[in-house]
Amino acid sequence: MTTHATERKGPKTVARKAESDLEKVTAIVGKYGGNRDSLISILQDIQSEWRYLPEDAVRVVASQLGMPLIQVYGVATFFRAFSLTPRGEHIVSVCLGTACHVRRAPAVLEEIKRRLGIEPGETTGDMRYSLETVNCLGACALGPIVVVDGEYRGQMSPGRVKKLLKK
Amino acid sequence: MERLKTLVELERLRASILSRREPEKPCISICGGTGCHAYRCEDVARAFESEIKRQGLRGQVELKVTGCHGFCERGPLMVLYPQRIFYQRVTTGDVSEIIEETVVKGNIIDRLLYVDPVSGKKAYSEDDVPFYKGQQRLVFGSNGVIDPTNIEDYLAIGGYSALSRVLFDMKPDEVIEEVRKAGLRGRGGGGFPTARKWESCRNAPSSDGIRYVICNADEGDPGAYMDRSLVEGNPHSVIEGMIIGAYAIGSHYGYVYVRHEYPLAVANLSIALEQAREYGLVGEDILGSGFEFDIKISRGGGAFICGESTALMASLEGEIGEPRPKHVHTVVSGLNGRPSNLNNVETWANVPLIINHGADWYSQIGTEGSKGTKIFSLVGKINNTGLVEVPMGITLREIIYDIGGGIPDGKKFKAVQTGGPSGGCIPESLIDLPVDFDRLAEAGSMMGSGGMIVMDEDTCMVDVAKYFVKFLTEESCGKCVPCREGLDRMLDILTDITEGRGKEEDIELMEELGGVIKEASLCALGGTAPNPVLSTIRYFRDEYEAHIREKRCPAGVCKALITFTIDEEKCTGCGVCARECPQDAISGEKKKLHTIDQERCIKCGLCSDLCKFEAVIVS
Repeated sequence: MTTHATERKGPKTVARKAESDLEKVTAIVGKYGGNRDSLISILQDIQSEWRYLPEDAVRVVASQLGMPLIQVYGVATFFRAFSLTPRGEHIVSVCLGTACHVRRAPAVLEEIKRRLGIEPGETTGDMRYSLETVNCLGACALGPIVVVDGEYRGQMSPGRVKKLLKK
Repeated sequence: MERLKTLVELERLRASILSRREPEKPCISICGGTGCHAYRCEDVARAFESEIKRQGLRGQVELKVTGCHGFCERGPLMVLYPQRIFYQRVTTGDVSEIIEETVVKGNIIDRLLYVDPVSGKKAYSEDDVPFYKGQQRLVFGSNGVIDPTNIEDYLAIGGYSALSRVLFDMKPDEVIEEVRKAGLRGRGGGGFPTARKWESCRNAPSSDGIRYVICNADEGDPGAYMDRSLVEGNPHSVIEGMIIGAYAIGSHYGYVYVRHEYPLAVANLSIALEQAREYGLVGEDILGSGFEFDIKISRGGGAFICGESTALMASLEGEIGEPRPKHVHTVVSGLNGRPSNLNNVETWANVPLIINHGADWYSQIGTEGSKGTKIFSLVGKINNTGLVEVPMGITLREIIYDIGGGIPDGKKFKAVQTGGPSGGCIPESLIDLPVDFDRLAEAGSMMGSGGMIVMDEDTCMVDVAKYFVKFLTEESCGKCVPCREGLDRMLDILTDITEGRGKEEDIELMEELGGVIKEASLCALGGTAPNPVLSTIRYFRDEYEAHIREKRCPAGVCKALITFTIDEEKCTGCGVCARECPQDAISGEKKKLHTIDQERCIKCGLCSDLCKFEAVIVS
């Protein structure tokens, strides 16, 4: 199983966010009027900016919303949409909705895992790929479906994975 | 646009919109739902735009990107009005020909028509396609004719007339009475009578008079996407329904809680709200009636449990989305401790329809206990994947065979799963079951939000049960023990069974465990979680027994119980399998029979997938 796995390297060190970035966080919080009921939306906007939730950004959000850090942390770890660790350049999401499941999505996922050498939720050592699973994209006619960087690749099969990842 | 201040102004605007419309002008309507997006319909739309320009037809041909038309299987879809010519699987390469031949000369392009695989007949319009013919698209039908980003399109088909009727001609009690008489039940799963919920919320005391109206668009059931398609394709119908509900309940604050996985729905809803606000249909003093109501959009974070009312409200408060006990109902004390009324997207979209056509008309559709229509997402092992809206009481057979076109590749139908992870599997013997809230519950499943996943002979029912339990263990919030620990244990047992370690007493143990989880869990997630297991045991006990006693997976799915071998007759010795096998488990000389080394095989299925001669046998 490990013969084809990507060689694991230590996680690349990610530069700490500079002060100017924190201004961006402040702007995002401000966009929602600093309201607690927008916490999820705020975290989502931060994540789409940095592809994950940097620790200092989360701290800023907590202090500006006047919420205990633990509560923001709780929300950030509760929802599967959020990542507290840096994610790779390309995000590969495998749909595991029921329709995709009965059309053999698990076999497609196995093949992607084997080729990338990572489990869902992990990132390759070279920071090129992050692998994720999603519970239904609602494009069931195309199932099994894999989304690479927002682009839908339908009617996947284990045999098509090699070509998919080459791109 | 200036805010509309009176009813007269709304009607004057509507008249002016209609007077500017040219119903005889060619209009190309392209399906822009997420399904068609996945087929790159936006490229097709762009190609049309530039082709219209290139052929000097600007201003003479209208182009409209609409919400989902429903027939996802055949996307990208387009309809040419006024002739209503229906083309499917349209690609960018077809665009110039469509303009030249069909739009300009009126000639039909045969290859783009839908051909009924059964009769071999060509369909010229949607009405001729069996997939559409069997449907009754009351709520969903407008999707194909309106651009969701243009409020004028909604106004042109009579939009917001139900709202004006309610605001100026009806008292809140009368609105509730009309909805009660219509017999509307919640489309989100449980089927609770909508009017009763509204009335309880209206009558619940609130210290400062604040009441909330919430739309649940956190559609979490895997394989179900009708709510998204409504929000994407006809957001104003949902907004209008919410305002009417708010008026009846006496609420001024609304929320739509929508899944973040649905970016297009969020975008179209935001645009629609912005426009409604600009026109004075949302906000202060709506149409000069003195009634005030505004709506905020909140995005979910991808947690299934947030579809549960109390968890959703906790999440809206910025808390972790955990449910709480419901000895006090949310209609009494919900969001921020105030009376809160939560309804699902489809429920809200039904409301304007009831007001416009009246309860008497509405209650004629459907069965004794379930009125109106229901939108299902028909997916899985089915020829015509898509969204279908049918009257309650239609049989499963009509949905699966007449509308859905049956099972692909001549395989045998085995079961249909309804109700998502809270529902169950209904076997072939019950295929003539009329579909409504009560009959599905009697069969051990439920309506749920309307996912309908079709399964064929190649689907292992034990694996399906394991799939749902695994899903639920991941999505269980972990707050209460029966759900958290009970599901974990259930998954252990199911894993053992699918991996050949099943024991004779496992089935009884799961039935007992399922009973406890149902009885003792805090919220509906746990309360319904054992359904997929219990219903598959009820109808497919023989499959469980084959796994346990014979260590055999009859459908050939459970990896630990199957083997891959090569058919002597069919193998041509092409060597593709040997080359691609990640384990180097396949060997054989060129042009001679190949064999699989069972010791090394990891059963990844690559060989059977790649073999063009179907020479790999799974048994």
